[in-house]
Amino acid sequence: MVSTSSSDPLRPSDHIDAPDPDRTPGAGGRGGVNQPRLGFVGWLRFVWRQLTSMRTALLLLLLLAIAAVPGSLVPQRSSDPNGVTQYFQENPDLAPVLDSFQMFDVYSSAWFSAVYLLLFISLIGCIIPRTKHHFEALRARPPRTPARLSRLASYTERDLPAGADAATAEAALVDAASRLKRAGYRVERYELHGEASVSAERGYLRETGNLVFHTALLGVLVTVGIGGGFGFAGQRVIVEGQSFVNTLAAFDSFNPGRFFDDAELTPYRLSLNELDAVYETRNADAIGQPTDFTAHVTVEGEGNEPTDGIVKVNEPLRVFGTDVYLLGNGYAPTVTVRNAAGDVVFTDSVPFLPEDANLTSIGVIKVTDGLDEQLGMIGFLYPTQGVLDTGAYTSTYPDLVFPVLTLNVYEGDLGIDDGTPTSVYTLDPTDMEQLTGGDTGVDSLELMPGETAELPGGRGTVTFEDASPGGDAAAAGDFSTSVKRFASFDVHHDPTQGWVLVFAILILAGLMTSLFVPRRRIWVKAVTRPDGRMVLEYAGLARGEDPNLDEAVRAFADAQSTDVPAPSGRADESSKSAT
Amino acid sequence: MTFTLDEISILCVYSAMAVYAIAFIAYAIDLARRGAAAAKAADASADAAPVADAARVGVGAAAGARAAAGAAGASAMSDATDGGAGRRGRWQRATELGATVEYGRSPALRVAVAMTVVAWLLHLAGAILRGIAAERVPWANMYEFALTGTLLVTTVYLVVIVTSKQDLRFLGTFISGLVLVLLGVATVNFYVSVVPLPPALQSAWLIIHVFVASAAVGVFALGFALSVVQLMQARREAIVASAESVKRSFLATLPSSNALENLAYRLNIVGFILWTFTLIAGAVWAEKAWGRYWGWDTKEVWTFIIWVVYAGYIHARATRGWRGSRSAWLAIIGFSTVLFNFTVVNLFFKGLHAYSGL
Repeated sequence: MVSTSSSDPLRPSDHIDAPDPDRTPGAGGRGGVNQPRLGFVGWLRFVWRQLTSMRTALLLLLLLAIAAVPGSLVPQRSSDPNGVTQYFQENPDLAPVLDSFQMFDVYSSAWFSAVYLLLFISLIGCIIPRTKHHFEALRARPPRTPARLSRLASYTERDLPAGADAATAEAALVDAASRLKRAGYRVERYELHGEASVSAERGYLRETGNLVFHTALLGVLVTVGIGGGFGFAGQRVIVEGQSFVNTLAAFDSFNPGRFFDDAELTPYRLSLNELDAVYETRNADAIGQPTDFTAHVTVEGEGNEPTDGIVKVNEPLRVFGTDVYLLGNGYAPTVTVRNAAGDVVFTDSVPFLPEDANLTSIGVIKVTDGLDEQLGMIGFLYPTQGVLDTGAYTSTYPDLVFPVLTLNVYEGDLGIDDGTPTSVYTLDPTDMEQLTGGDTGVDSLELMPGETAELPGGRGTVTFEDASPGGDAAAAGDFSTSVKRFASFDVHHDPTQGWVLVFAILILAGLMTSLFVPRRRIWVKAVTRPDGRMVLEYAGLARGEDPNLDEAVRAFADAQSTDVPAPSGRADESSKSAT
Repeated sequence: MTFTLDEISILCVYSAMAVYAIAFIAYAIDLARRGAAAAKAADASADAAPVADAARVGVGAAAGARAAAGAAGASAMSDATDGGAGRRGRWQRATELGATVEYGRSPALRVAVAMTVVAWLLHLAGAILRGIAAERVPWANMYEFALTGTLLVTTVYLVVIVTSKQDLRFLGTFISGLVLVLLGVATVNFYVSVVPLPPALQSAWLIIHVFVASAAVGVFALGFALSVVQLMQARREAIVASAESVKRSFLATLPSSNALENLAYRLNIVGFILWTFTLIAGAVWAEKAWGRYWGWDTKEVWTFIIWVVYAGYIHARATRGWRGSRSAWLAIIGFSTVLFNFTVVNLFFKGLHAYSGL
């Protein structure tokens, strides 16, 4: 198409602005018929050139897009582990097959990694030589003025006034050079075949932006890949009035990065004083929809004064190098179990997991000692109890208006004595005898805050403790604080996420620069026509996408020609009109 | 009887839909007239002189070739040098961009654009009233995304026809049709009454992230339309170049496929930048709301896929052998993934972005 010069960006051989390999033999990647046999090094060079070509990059990009799709169709272990478990239950035949293709770990799978690693190797192979070349181009002179400017697509000319001589032309060129310089062009004077000219080039920033964009992409990948290994993420449920210390043992679950050392944990204490949950009460279309969750906490570091803080959704608390997020909440009814003699054998606030929008919650109470046999209870908490047509209970509002706790009691071996780890949220009743609820013929225990019920067979009593400050919610007619709430906190530490943000901003900045800064050349030449007229020739050449080039060349010629006819003495005015 | 603000908003939206429908019909009439003009021109040239017809065919063929940009540029240039700046109006004539048949602006087209502006005003009023009724930005659930997203599609269209040097009013058929269908689906299937924001959405990022995403969709929609016309035009140019027949199609009045491609590219790179920002802003918000900036949530996955497809499009356009129809197909696939992300992913995929309100 057009000749390229050393100040052009270095591009893969199949880039649209690179020299055409078909026309410049020897420069391209396409092997001709007469190509000599490739040696081992030759093959390596061939493979490398293929890998760093535009076509390969394009293919890998499209492959990457396709490879990312399955991860949105099948639940992923990283983002939805329960979904994976459920998928295995629902598709017992298909799931293991999918699993063997790493379909549940798509984004860390061998095939997904292969695609993006190849893409980034291709990228590195492209940007390193390009960066080197660009540094050289930044110091190079603008290219020589072509012999015939009128051949270029963006071309215009303006007559110099009759009687103009070489001095007028020279003054016009000096003026053009200074105007171009002011407009950010790199300017060079050339004199060819007795024709004086100005050669100017601008928009080196375009290639700089391109390189910054691609390098920053690499930066994000490396920071995420390596930097992520230095952090940790832990989960912990805390009931109102309780606290936890930021140590490994205190977390309910803990995922350290590859390079994370447990000793790096700062042992601060986080106490949950109160969890405020606000639900919509006025808008008839949204009754019971949550509008605010606020966890009021106290943080106390070693040797520091305790400080109060709040954690909200969208407002994490950043303390001692960790970020504390409020990711969930619910009710933790306080239950006390006494044996037949009236001795307390169990008392605790047990977090119940919310099952629906109105916070019907399920929890498990395990009484391991103090009774003849171990006792397990599956409890349902209805913050505002309602009765369905079938007679089943349900919750009609997520806040505590008429809280009811029902308990199905099981007796037998809880299966925890042999040391097998079991979830505190589930009860396996297979080896146990059901005492209340279900098919037993005995009604489930049904309690409101402050009430006590007898366990069947004189085994003892169960009390649903009233957590209200007054201690008697029923008498006060206000149950709003009668059941404690819990907050589910995520504690994160990621020392590199600031760097990811920096690279992300560079990506955006580099992208905008590389797409919007026009790379263009402008030449101005003073030419004497055969009839003795003197004209100034203006020509522009786009280096890459540049929709406004014609306009720019014409505008430049117009701006200059309004001043040029005057003798050199009016240079002052011309600079004024240019600003 | 009194109306609530939300009810007035809905009335505005229904009215906007009615006016969009009128605009759509007027745009369609304009397309039909373009077809008629093209046929007339073909007949006239056939009657006048076969030579002229051959020349015309030659122009069409040249426009299809790679050198078309240069040819179009050169013809524009000679115009300017001949007649000076005066002849170069604000609107570049379509013929300079490779159209083979001169076509001005029909009354139908003028009516269509006027109706689009009226519909846009009603649409805007509907969105603003919805926002006032909800006491927040009107883009917090599926209905509102659709309402504001389509408003931005029309806005981008109007901004482009006012600011662009090329006359892109012929895209109005597609734009008014798309907006009409999406608004219809939104009001019938996605409508939810005003409800308060859930805690997860109570953030300044709702305003920024979602708005920029919607704006990106608006820009991509126009780029998509141009790519589709580009493919149709390229096909017509190929037929004309092979000289099998002179297609009497409205396409003869539109810019060459090469000019259309350049326009589509310019819009799509703006969309791509907005989408990149959406992705980054989303990650910053996700860090605050969910405790991690990236977690391959289904919506994150699809945002990523869209980004990669459009990155592929930009690369394809710079790859020898891929500029032209192949890259246009990538732009079309890109917009299909955008629509997929907005509809199927929002409604049927399980994920953290569960804000459709349905």
